[in-house]
Amino acid sequence: MGRRSPKRMLLSGNEAIARGAFEHGVQVAAGYPGTPSTEILEEFSRYPGVYAEWAPNEKVAYDLAMGASFCGLRAMATMKHLGANVASDSIAIHPYLGVNGGFLLVNADDPGGFSSSSEQDNRYYARFFCLPLLEPSDSQEAKDFVGIGLEISERFDLPVMIRTTTRLAHSKGVVTLGRRRRPRSKPFKEFRAVGPPGQLARHREMLRRMKELEIHCEEAPFNRIEWGNDDVGIITSGFPYQVAKEVIPSASFLKLGMVNPLPTGLIRRFASRVKRLLVVEELEPLLEGQILAMGIQVMGKGVVTNRVGELSREFMEKGFGKLLSGGPVESTAEEAVRSHWEGEEDLPPRAPTMCPGCPHRGVFYVLKKLDLIATGDVGCNSFGAVPPWSVLASLVSMGASIGNALGLEKAQRVATRGDGIKPTVAVIGDSTFIHAGIPALIDVVYNKGSVTVMILDNMTTGMTGLQDHPGTGRTLRGEATRRIDYEGLCRAVGVERIRTVDAYRLSEIEEALIQETTTEEPSVIVVRRPCALLPGVERHHPFSVDGERCTGCQICTRLMCPAISLEDPLPTRRRSKGVKVRIDPEFCTGCSICSQVCPKGAIVATKGVNGGHL
Amino acid sequence: MGTYNLLMAGVGGQGILRATDVLAHVAMAQGLDVKKTEIHGTAQRGGMVYSHVRFGQKVFSPIITPGNADSLIACEALEALRWAAYLRPGGKMILDPARVVPPMVTLGWFAYPGDVVGRLRERGIDAVVVDTRPITRELGDRRLANMVLLGVQSRFLGFSLEAWRREIRSYFPEAVREQNVMAFMMGRRYNIG
Repeated sequence: MGRRSPKRMLLSGNEAIARGAFEHGVQVAAGYPGTPSTEILEEFSRYPGVYAEWAPNEKVAYDLAMGASFCGLRAMATMKHLGANVASDSIAIHPYLGVNGGFLLVNADDPGGFSSSSEQDNRYYARFFCLPLLEPSDSQEAKDFVGIGLEISERFDLPVMIRTTTRLAHSKGVVTLGRRRRPRSKPFKEFRAVGPPGQLARHREMLRRMKELEIHCEEAPFNRIEWGNDDVGIITSGFPYQVAKEVIPSASFLKLGMVNPLPTGLIRRFASRVKRLLVVEELEPLLEGQILAMGIQVMGKGVVTNRVGELSREFMEKGFGKLLSGGPVESTAEEAVRSHWEGEEDLPPRAPTMCPGCPHRGVFYVLKKLDLIATGDVGCNSFGAVPPWSVLASLVSMGASIGNALGLEKAQRVATRGDGIKPTVAVIGDSTFIHAGIPALIDVVYNKGSVTVMILDNMTTGMTGLQDHPGTGRTLRGEATRRIDYEGLCRAVGVERIRTVDAYRLSEIEEALIQETTTEEPSVIVVRRPCALLPGVERHHPFSVDGERCTGCQICTRLMCPAISLEDPLPTRRRSKGVKVRIDPEFCTGCSICSQVCPKGAIVATKGVNGGHL
Repeated sequence: MGTYNLLMAGVGGQGILRATDVLAHVAMAQGLDVKKTEIHGTAQRGGMVYSHVRFGQKVFSPIITPGNADSLIACEALEALRWAAYLRPGGKMILDPARVVPPMVTLGWFAYPGDVVGRLRERGIDAVVVDTRPITRELGDRRLANMVLLGVQSRFLGFSLEAWRREIRSYFPEAVREQNVMAFMMGRRYNIG
């Protein structure tokens, strides 16, 4: 029998990393969901013989994976760029300590901010904390670099960071699968602790290992030169390599697989053999700055790439066009870079919005009705910041809503000496509350605040695509587990006023908000209903509009429910009063919110007497 | 052959990622290099969904740039207009004229464009209009529109019918396998006039 040819599969960057981790013997992995990193851990958890978990936040995930590596197993922590901020307290110390089993931090950046509130460039973390940094450019490399990273981690005794971006994470390419190497576990070696006075010695040692790696990088196959003409030489890494290869295929390329540390000798050799040297990199001029600091003439930002937004092929084409036609190549002002295609100007945008049946819709309706301003948090509840709601005073980071609200309250008290302060409400999702909201709630109690915290418990991590968390009663691998008791937890930290309401009952939400915001005490309102997208959630009978009773007041359209539209979608921009509404039975989940706001009782359940479920 | 660029665009729930996955697998099975990129982070929340598929001897970037798509499958009328600029001159557009009205139109903030086919024609695009609604009604599941459109598209690609059937069968779970093949075949046989 002949040897079977290796299997080829179409894998996304995330799937390829998971596959790489499996093939190269990673046995323990942890993370917290965050677009575009989430699918790595979901995929990895499906392989046999591995342990994978969603941790409450990225720092816990990182610490857990570190512990597994200290124990001698290969381990991995996965997170999005903003999550690395949360884990950074531990990442900062890790290179001082070294590893035992190979350790990977898989970090997914989001240039263009497709699903993020910033587009920070986490390559700086690798420079900042002294982590070797690999940047794959396609799915095949994503898989291969996992193996390379683990070997480097073990050989040079450092945690290794693999950085992907949205385009790599969510693009698919052909990947040749390999066999799984048998996981090896190294014996537990030594205690890992650092603090005065040993930290300076460890710092010195860390820099020495990095220097050794730098020498190794000069000859390593993951940094390679592809000679083309000698007119233009391009230094690039990661996904930008693929784009540059399309824009200017005739150029010579130095493609860096590892961007920290840099192979300075290789860069000098490459630079000396091309007439014009350019760096093609996304976001910040990290490579460009270091190459300039080596005393080498190089161009990049403002010439062929921008600092803002996803790498723009159009900008790059223009830049190379000018360069090759001998035109002026001075750096141009930062252009507004479009990351999401909007098409012709007069077309209606199709902005993401709350889904039909979203349990957050009623909360924002009531906040708006009561003219209350709330601080918001990360997740689907952030839709409350934009029209038609616009009820969120702030929207910052995981868990920030509660601290922000307490700040609003304290500032008012100082400014007015306690007279006539407006009530402060913080809105936070269940997963986010567990992630980073609990310490802030403790602060409200400890420092005698009277913030009303609304925990919007939709029983999942919604925005990232329905991941389990400590409040769902299920683990990443689908096993049943203990479920957090929010009410009990809040009571334990000292909140005395706690109540739970049904997210689909506007009157309950309203009554709770009126009572709690007029009480000078910390309070928690748990607003509960499962996310309408969760599989297994019972869909109720769709509602429909009684054409006899509907007067076309269109109050229900202000709920911005995708299931509600006008009888005639009006080819003119002018809104015409009196046009009746209709409900799409395929979209409607029967949440009944619209029927509760209809002043004429014209929205009725298609089956049952009192509506689908209420 | 050169690289073939296909873009499929529409709204969350229309099965765009699945349909383009099937296409990518068909191309890969012919020994071609394939890359595919998509934005789906907010798809379930009424946002737009799009997927780029590029296949040929060697493909670097998965991203199709404006004016370079050989083919554009638009699953919704408004999205057809939004993405029309991506089509190369002489490129093929397959258009499902069904409307999915965005809430911002319902709120009266924007108007839904009228006469989409006419506006496309003004841009020099003679779209193949495929109203999938009667077909999916017959098949009993609106979600099969993606396979109908893919079936129409398949006539403009060189791959054998057997290759398509094989990949559709291996892609879908058994419960929905044959209905997807059926929807594809109805698209493939659709009278495009």
